[in-house]
Amino acid sequence: MTLVSIIGFVLIIVGLWGMLTQNNIIKIIIGFSIIDTGIHLLIVSIGYIKGKTAPIIDSALLKTDAMNQVVDPIPSALVLTAIVIGLAVTALMLVYAVNLYQRKQSLDINDFEELKW
Amino acid sequence: MINGIIIVLGIIMIASAFMAIYMRSLLSSIIAAGVISLLASIIYLLLAAPDVAMTEAAIGSGLATVVFLYAFNKVKGRGEDNHG
Amino acid sequence: MVKRFLILLVLVFFVIMLLPLVSDIQPQTELNPLAKKYVKDGPDELGSANLVTSVIVTYRGLDTLGEVAVLFIATAGVGFMLRRRKDSNKNPQKKRESSEILQTGTALLTPLIFLFGIYIFLHGHLTPGGGFQGGVVIASAILLSMLSFPQSEINHKILNAIESLSGVLYLVIGILGIYLAAGFLDNRILPLGDFGRLFSAGAIPVIYSLIGLKVGSELVGILDSMQRSDS
Repeated sequence: MTLVSIIGFVLIIVGLWGMLTQNNIIKIIIGFSIIDTGIHLLIVSIGYIKGKTAPIIDSALLKTDAMNQVVDPIPSALVLTAIVIGLAVTALMLVYAVNLYQRKQSLDINDFEELKW
Repeated sequence: MINGIIIVLGIIMIASAFMAIYMRSLLSSIIAAGVISLLASIIYLLLAAPDVAMTEAAIGSGLATVVFLYAFNKVKGRGEDNHG
Repeated sequence: MVKRFLILLVLVFFVIMLLPLVSDIQPQTELNPLAKKYVKDGPDELGSANLVTSVIVTYRGLDTLGEVAVLFIATAGVGFMLRRRKDSNKNPQKKRESSEILQTGTALLTPLIFLFGIYIFLHGHLTPGGGFQGGVVIASAILLSMLSFPQSEINHKILNAIESLSGVLYLVIGILGIYLAAGFLDNRILPLGDFGRLFSAGAIPVIYSLIGLKVGSELVGILDSMQRSDS
C-alpha cells in the first residue's frame, strides 16, 4: 500500500462516517464532498511510478525516450473528468437542500419523514 | 524528503476532515472542506499529475466553496448556530 | 444508542470489504501494456505533446461526451429548481455598493484572468491544461465581477447561445470524424502539422476550445441561478 492510497482510504471512511451520523443536511453534503476527494486521491495514486516525471513531451523529454520516463497518463485523464462531475452533482444536491428548507423551514433530516414506512 | 511532506499534509488533511464534521458552526465546516481540497492539490503535484492539480485547485477550493456559501446564504437562520 | 452501534457495524463492514482493494496496490516499476501503447503511439499518430490530452480527447473521447452530457443535465436541473416564480416578485433589496479599491482592482484584473483562461484551453495540447481548466478559470473571472458589482446582470441570451452552439458544434465535429477519418471524434480530419507548434495536432485545439467554452458558460449559469436573491 502506498502512502497516498492510505490517506485516500482514511478520507473515504471519515466522509462515510460523517454522512451517516450527522443530522444537518448541509453537513451530509460536505461529507459527500470529502468522499469524492478521497476517491480521486486513491485513483491518482495507482498511476504513480517512483522517480518518473509528468507525461508531457517537450525539449527536456524526447519523444523516443518517453516510454521509460513518464508516469501513467490514464488515471489522470479519468480523475480530470470526475472532479468536474463531482462539482456539478454537489451543486445540484445543494439546490435540493435549499428547496427542502423553503418548504418546511428546517434543515434537520429527521423532519422529512414522508417517505418512511 | 517527499515522503515527509506527504505525511505532514496527510495528517493536516485528516484533522481538517474531522473538524469539518464535528464543528458546530456551519461556516467553519465549509472552510475546512476547502482546506482539504487545497492540500489535495499539492499532493497531486507531488504525484507528477499537473493537469489534475490545476483542476482540483480551481474547482475544489474556488468554485465548490463559493457554491456552498451561496447555499448557506439562503438557509441561514432557524435552529443553526451562525456565529463566526 | 442502538443506532450508533448499527452505524459502527456498517462502517466496519465497509472497511473489511474495501481493504483488499486498497492493499493490493503495489508500487509499480514500469508502465502496463495499455499505457505503453498510448505513450509510444500517441505523439506520432495524433501529434499532441500532452499525453493526457490525447487520452481525453481522442482515445477516450466517448467518455468526454458523456461528461459533457452529465454537466448539461446538472445545469438544467439547477436552473429548473431555482426558477423565478411569477408570484414572488418582491422589489429587490438595495444592495450596498462595494468600495472604490475593489471596483478598480476588479476592472483591472477581470480581462487578464479571462485572457489567461483562453490561453489555457488554446494550448491544451502543448502544456498542462486544457478545456476543463480553462473553462473553470473563465467562470472564476466572471464570478469575480459578479461579486464586486452586485447590481450587474448577466445577459442570458448570449449565455444560452454560447452553450448550445458549443455543444452542437462538438457533436458535428465528432460526426465529421466518422466520414473523413477513422472513427467518431477522431482528430485527423484536419492536417497534423509540425509537432510542438500551436496549429498542430489536427482537430484537438478546436475540440478543446469548444469544451472549454461549454464548461465555462455552464458554470456561470449555475452561479448566476444561485445568486438571485428573490427565490
